Amino acid sequence: MSRSASFSPAQRRYNRRVLILAILYALLLFPAVYLLDRHLVAGPPAYAVGILPALPVIGFFVAAGAYMVEERDEYLRMLVVRQSLVATGLAMTTATAWGFLEGFELLPHLPAFAWPVVWFAGLGLGTCVNKLIERQVAA
Amino acid sequence: MTNHLRDLRATRGWSQQHLAELLEVSRQSVNAIETGRYDPSLPLAFRIAELFGLAIEQVFVSPSEEK
Repeated sequence: MSRSASFSPAQRRYNRRVLILAILYALLLFPAVYLLDRHLVAGPPAYAVGILPALPVIGFFVAAGAYMVEERDEYLRMLVVRQSLVATGLAMTTATAWGFLEGFELLPHLPAFAWPVVWFAGLGLGTCVNKLIERQVAA
Repeated sequence: MTNHLRDLRATRGWSQQHLAELLEVSRQSVNAIETGRYDPSLPLAFRIAELFGLAIEQVFVSPSEEK
């Protein structure tokens, strides 16, 4: 989460978890798409297969929460909490606005799994906000 | 919050990295505290003061005294 060259132990654990989750996501997504697109599974097994790619994405949120708990450097923790608040604000605001506009048929349907993607993009925005705030305070 | 951390560190000839290692925090944290971008928690402020063998108000300037 931090862009520092040297990582804290908690950051290293976070990076390792995210890497493993990303690999798991790729491993689970393609079989799920293959099986469900071709209707090779049905009934309860279809739900089980369909939820598999969601699990690593849920894991990303767990990893982010675990990082905030495990990070012992309070300044780094403050930065990542602020970064996550920006991400959450962006994702919830966009989801709310899109939901209403979609409801009024002014925007096309967007699958709900787009919102985690917006949240992850929000982490990038949060990094920029952190840099701006830190620069302003220093000035 | 204004503080004397940079001066105190300089008198001992310590780098930010060395101070960070002594405090078990990141170098970014030391830099943020020194430049007033981040006010440390009370436990960390006490750790800093104790490391220099000073009272907390000898390291950190009370905001009411800054005015």
